[in-house]
Amino acid sequence: MKLRFTPIMAFLGFVFLYGPIFSLVIYSFNKSKLVTVWGGWSTKWYGELFANEQIMDAAWLSLKIGVTSASVATVFGTMMAMVLVRFKKVRGRGLMGGMITGPLVMPDVIIGLSLLLLFVSMQSLIGWPAGRGLTTILIAHITFNMAFVTVVVQSRLSDMDDSIEEAALDLGASPTRVFFDITLPMITPALISGWLLAFTLSLDDLVISSFVSGPGATTLPMVIFSKVRLGVSPDINALASLIVLVVSVGIVISAILMRKKPK
Amino acid sequence: MAEELSACERRPWVEATETPFVRIKGITKMFGDLAAVDDVSLDIYRGELFCLLGGSGCGKSTLLRMLAGFETPTAGTIEIDGQDMAGVAANLRPTNMMFQSYALFPHMSVEKNVAYGLLREGVPKPEAMQRTADMLSMVKLDGFANRKPHQLSGGQQQRVALARSLIKQPKLLLLDEPLGALDKKLREETQFELIRIQEDLGVTFIVVTHDQEEAMTLSTRIGVMDAGKIVQVGEPREIYETPNSKYVADFIGSVNIFDGEVDVAAPDLMRVNTAEGAIVCEPMAGLTAKQKLHIAVRPERMQLSRTPIEAANTMRGMVMEVAYMGNLSVYRVQLPGGQCLKVTAANGLHDENPITWDEEVHIGWSAAASTVLVK
Repeated sequence: MKLRFTPIMAFLGFVFLYGPIFSLVIYSFNKSKLVTVWGGWSTKWYGELFANEQIMDAAWLSLKIGVTSASVATVFGTMMAMVLVRFKKVRGRGLMGGMITGPLVMPDVIIGLSLLLLFVSMQSLIGWPAGRGLTTILIAHITFNMAFVTVVVQSRLSDMDDSIEEAALDLGASPTRVFFDITLPMITPALISGWLLAFTLSLDDLVISSFVSGPGATTLPMVIFSKVRLGVSPDINALASLIVLVVSVGIVISAILMRKKPK
Repeated sequence: MAEELSACERRPWVEATETPFVRIKGITKMFGDLAAVDDVSLDIYRGELFCLLGGSGCGKSTLLRMLAGFETPTAGTIEIDGQDMAGVAANLRPTNMMFQSYALFPHMSVEKNVAYGLLREGVPKPEAMQRTADMLSMVKLDGFANRKPHQLSGGQQQRVALARSLIKQPKLLLLDEPLGALDKKLREETQFELIRIQEDLGVTFIVVTHDQEEAMTLSTRIGVMDAGKIVQVGEPREIYETPNSKYVADFIGSVNIFDGEVDVAAPDLMRVNTAEGAIVCEPMAGLTAKQKLHIAVRPERMQLSRTPIEAANTMRGMVMEVAYMGNLSVYRVQLPGGQCLKVTAANGLHDENPITWDEEVHIGWSAAASTVLVK
């Protein structure tokens, strides 16, 4: 029999990528208290997870930060993209366009450290933000999320035919009206996928959050990380499975929206 | 009443009987160091269908965009209906534009696309919808009101774009290559449709095109542009019969051009020496002997025969190529001096023995058919 090389390689590739995630999801239904020993099916760790107040609080905080930072970053990022694509006469536009990709390539450690230094010196100079906590995490997340949203919206805007906006202007719509009637509906898919990307990144962030958070503001990744250092408990598997579910749903939605381009 | 006559009957550009509707004075547009439009002055009259004709990059679209208000002139003024347009934003101008790409709003239905201008103007919704329905039936699109633009064919999209640009009854309609994206047959039909609509509504049209045939069919007058400048303005016949430069003659229709210098420039005889021999033209004032110039002769003004021809100008040559076009044939004839001439001849019914490849032929044309081009 002829051995088919390509399908086998594809299969191995998928196993390499998704095997660990699969085993994690399966072990989250493990009855046994030991993470590495299979003891039959059970959903008890999901129950324990929801009873764990520390994890639930952290999850709620992460969700709040995710939604808020993604929303604010979408507004700012869209404004930024508009300036970069549409306002060709703005001074320093080229520099701005180059610098917006900074947070995309900068190591998280550096972003976290520099923001921490900024917050500390701001506090001693103007007294705000007072201490570190929810506010500083939000500012940090908005900062890097904005860069991602800008890139997504920017590519969509530059694909758009300028004359469509000009046509609306020509028909008597004011520039503001043109933005809300024409531009916004046309870039909505990019806004949604930008928002989802930002939300996922925020939910996922450990390094930057650790730098800029303070007592009382512990996000979900921080809780997981600190728990894992003391040994993996099965309820973390359950939590991770839920996160995988949420994130993959988000990615699928955003992929569908990006593909559906009105012609 | 004079108002009821169309612009091509009134011909206001011949005698200054009315004030121009659009006055363009010394308009220049610089992009960096490059002048896209270079000191253009132009008067366009009410009810005209004016074509700006030129190759790509000649500045015709930029001129149109300055009229619409999308580009700000570097210098010069534009007046529309007596009103200076400097500082008037695009959304406040009495003009509408039909875009080359049609620029339909992809997320709106045909009806909403067309009604958009009226609703922005503050026309009450029932009236706006009624006028939209009327406009759609004028462009023969009733029944398509609820379609989205991507569900329409190119020709239908073109008509939606036209309806949308006409709905506000603009004083001046600007059309950027309006028929560019249509196939040849549809384009010919639509040309006459455009003329009909233009005459019915009495709107002044300024059309940008690179297609000289389209310009000839559509326009009351043509402005030929080259490198940011208007080279010649005139009625289609004028531009075709008496081009003022080599560029215009070459651009409009096909033409044979001889380079030469004046031999005799007397009041009763005008002769020019070229590499193919002397060519006789109609006498013309203002020329001196030895002056370098060009002679343009249209292919259809030349006669082709196996036997010698009695004409002011005659030449002999060899047929190199014959292209049968149906109603006529195009011959490429090699002259002894090295130049290749293009001659067209109408195809007669049952022509048993047509002129063909490698035949020695005589070519002849009248003095009037040789147009003298100084530039």
